[in-house]
Amino acid sequence: MFITLLHCAAVSTLLEVKNLQTDFVTHGGVVRAVDDVSWDVNESETVALVGESGCGKSVSALSIMRLVAGPAGRIVGGQIFFKGRDLLRLSEEEMRRVRGREIAMIFQEPMTSLNPVLSIGRQLTEGLEIHLEMAPVEARRRAVELLGMVGIPDPERRLAQYPHQFSGGMRQRMMIAMALACNPSLILADEPTTALDVTIQAQILELMKELSRRFGVAMLIITHNLGVVARYADRVNVMYAGRIIERGTARELYGNPRHPYTLGLLRSVPRLDEPRRARLDPIQGQPPDLTRLPRGCAFAPRCAFCVERCLVETPPLRPVAEGGHVSACWEAANLDRTLTRSVAAT
Amino acid sequence: MSAAAPLLEVRNLVKHFRVGGGLFGSRAGVVRAVDGVSFEIRRGETLGLVGESGCGKTTTGRCILQLERPTSGQIVFEGRDLTVLGEDELRPIRRKMQVIFQDPYSSLNPRMTVGQIIAEPIAVHGIVPDRAQRAQRVREILSHVGLLPQHAYRYPHQLSGGQRQRVGIARALAVEPSLIICDEPVSALDVSIQAQIINLLEDLQAQFGLTYLFVAHDLSVVRHISDRVAVMYLGKIVEVTDRKSLYDTPLHPYTKALLSAVPIPDPLLEAERERVVLGGEVPSPLNPPPGCVFHPRCPIAVDRCGVEVPELREIRPGHRAACILA
Ligand SMILES: Nc1ncnc2c1ncn2[C@@H]1O[C@H](COP(=O)(O)OP(=O)(O)OP(=O)(O)O)[C@@H](O)[C@H]1O
Ligand SMILES: Nc1ncnc2c1ncn2[C@@H]1O[C@H](COP(=O)(O)OP(=O)(O)O)[C@@H](O)[C@H]1O
Ligand code: SF4
Ligand code: SF4
Ligand SMILES: [Mg+2]
Ligand SMILES: [Mg+2]
Repeated sequence: MFITLLHCAAVSTLLEVKNLQTDFVTHGGVVRAVDDVSWDVNESETVALVGESGCGKSVSALSIMRLVAGPAGRIVGGQIFFKGRDLLRLSEEEMRRVRGREIAMIFQEPMTSLNPVLSIGRQLTEGLEIHLEMAPVEARRRAVELLGMVGIPDPERRLAQYPHQFSGGMRQRMMIAMALACNPSLILADEPTTALDVTIQAQILELMKELSRRFGVAMLIITHNLGVVARYADRVNVMYAGRIIERGTARELYGNPRHPYTLGLLRSVPRLDEPRRARLDPIQGQPPDLTRLPRGCAFAPRCAFCVERCLVETPPLRPVAEGGHVSACWEAANLDRTLTRSVAAT
Repeated sequence: MSAAAPLLEVRNLVKHFRVGGGLFGSRAGVVRAVDGVSFEIRRGETLGLVGESGCGKTTTGRCILQLERPTSGQIVFEGRDLTVLGEDELRPIRRKMQVIFQDPYSSLNPRMTVGQIIAEPIAVHGIVPDRAQRAQRVREILSHVGLLPQHAYRYPHQLSGGQRQRVGIARALAVEPSLIICDEPVSALDVSIQAQIINLLEDLQAQFGLTYLFVAHDLSVVRHISDRVAVMYLGKIVEVTDRKSLYDTPLHPYTKALLSAVPIPDPLLEAERERVVLGGEVPSPLNPPPGCVFHPRCPIAVDRCGVEVPELREIRPGHRAACILA
């Protein structure tokens, strides 16, 4: 206990998710969208959560906000410590104060999270008036300041406009402005740039990086594209079928991947910084159906390194290198990059 | 590849759409979706067409397929200008040009089985009139695209995204086309599935001598698959050349910005990489800027750029760009 406390103080953990489990009851059976997942975010740190469609990224973020859609969806286990308090034990009233004010979320589809019939100005001032009890004049001044801060030109005039009059990139800037409004200490950004064009994507990510540095706000960036976050994340969590299968500092994870899935993701994409390859090395097979997960390791049906043990025993996250690099793979010590290539080529 | 005439030549293609004029008293306007585009594709090659959303890639493809009649310009396919042909004359030519769409969900009829989806164009074009032989042909095509015979009895919603895209490819292959327009064929797929589909497209090209127009916005994927690449911005081609020249020595400032925005999955490289982050947004094709359409965002624009329209001109052998400073 003493040691744990010391450890916490040294790295100043802001958010700690412990053994989180979130289920959905569907016609096809129970979907364990988040399956016994633990991860954390330190003060001012940018952490990425990466994985393909349906692996549980959005549900992870929604669980932290306690916004998982009931009654089908339910957090069935775990703890979520934020600044030392377990969010899962707060009353709904207390949780409302945390949302927006201390933790802000940028949703995957900006259009669905903006109110189409409220002006841009009103959507910004509303939160300021409610959460920070600002007077209308003051809230308006702050709204203008926020829009300017996220690079929306002519903010005074823009306040009177409606979301449909904004382009996709501007809506995403607006979402960032709303997230920053109450000076939160953590922003959860769910695929903040996926719907945007490459040049706009670069603008938004650079903006988020700059703002997080300037205000010391910690960020969780969710994405399905490992490439997108290499430039921005301090640490990266890779998720597969509801679990985290590898985590490490960005340098470790990209430079020394220790899970066949991470390795596969990195090897299967063509890269501009490498000579063009004659053929891509895809990951074989399909992403799994969460209602029919195999026994043992969920990646086994697609894995070139699979051994007998993988089919019966689920691999836990275990340290594989310095600096908190962990991997959930029985064969983590035996992955050889050249071997992967030859296996994938056959 | 031969020095013979190209399979497809697009000459000065223009497609304008009239919009507005009515509801809420909005003024009528013209969307200049494609505004004077020219390129050619040789037999057996892949031309990549890249650009941001709304720049006119899909409209260009639809004009080539004659799903959209161009406002002006010519589409010369196997030596014939399609824009002057009537529907009857077009029918046999349509079979030779197929398309694979971005969205494998909405592009397949949900009420037809995979077998029916693939058999339909074979029957319509009278390629295999006999029913039993047609079923055999469907099985062959399924195996070409990496699906199993039993998939023929499934409905689209019973397949994964990657499998649905394979069905889309199978349907295109079924009529033995010479040109396939691939409109963002992997953008909607999971990262782990994209490489499977790209490899499949390359295998089929080698096996059947197909020619591709590969539309995409991911420049890394385009470099992998293309022999030549055209870059589009606001209805115009701003640069076109062979793959190597485009990626090694890009000439147009927009191409350079696009390349610089491509993320590289390596934090060490990214840390030392300088990024050209373009300001502003793509202007509306309803009201394109005068002069060079890129000038409001161009990091090196000079006064002249706001008035002079740059020609797409050959700056090095085989390398054309539309920039007065190139
Ligand atoms: N409201 C719901 N009802 C039933 N199942 C759900 C619900 N929301 C999510 N799920 C299931 O939970 C799992 C995880 O979903 P989640 O939205 O977290 O995926 P994701 O990783 O964010 O994917 P994407 O990249 O597509 O956004 C999926 O299998 C999904 O089908
Ligand atoms: N039927 C149409 N009517 C009006 N505008 C259209 C129509 N089809 C496309 N456009 C417009 O033409 C431009 C080019 O569109 P498109 O070719 O679909 O772009 P891309 O495929 O490059 O994203 C866009 O501004 C789009 O809104
Ligand atoms: S545990 Fe086994 S199946 Fe799972 S990733 Fe490791 S080697 Fe592959
Ligand atoms: S013509 Fe001028 S504005 Fe256009 S790309 Fe060249 S330098 Fe930039
Ligand atoms: Mg999601
Ligand atoms: Mg399109």
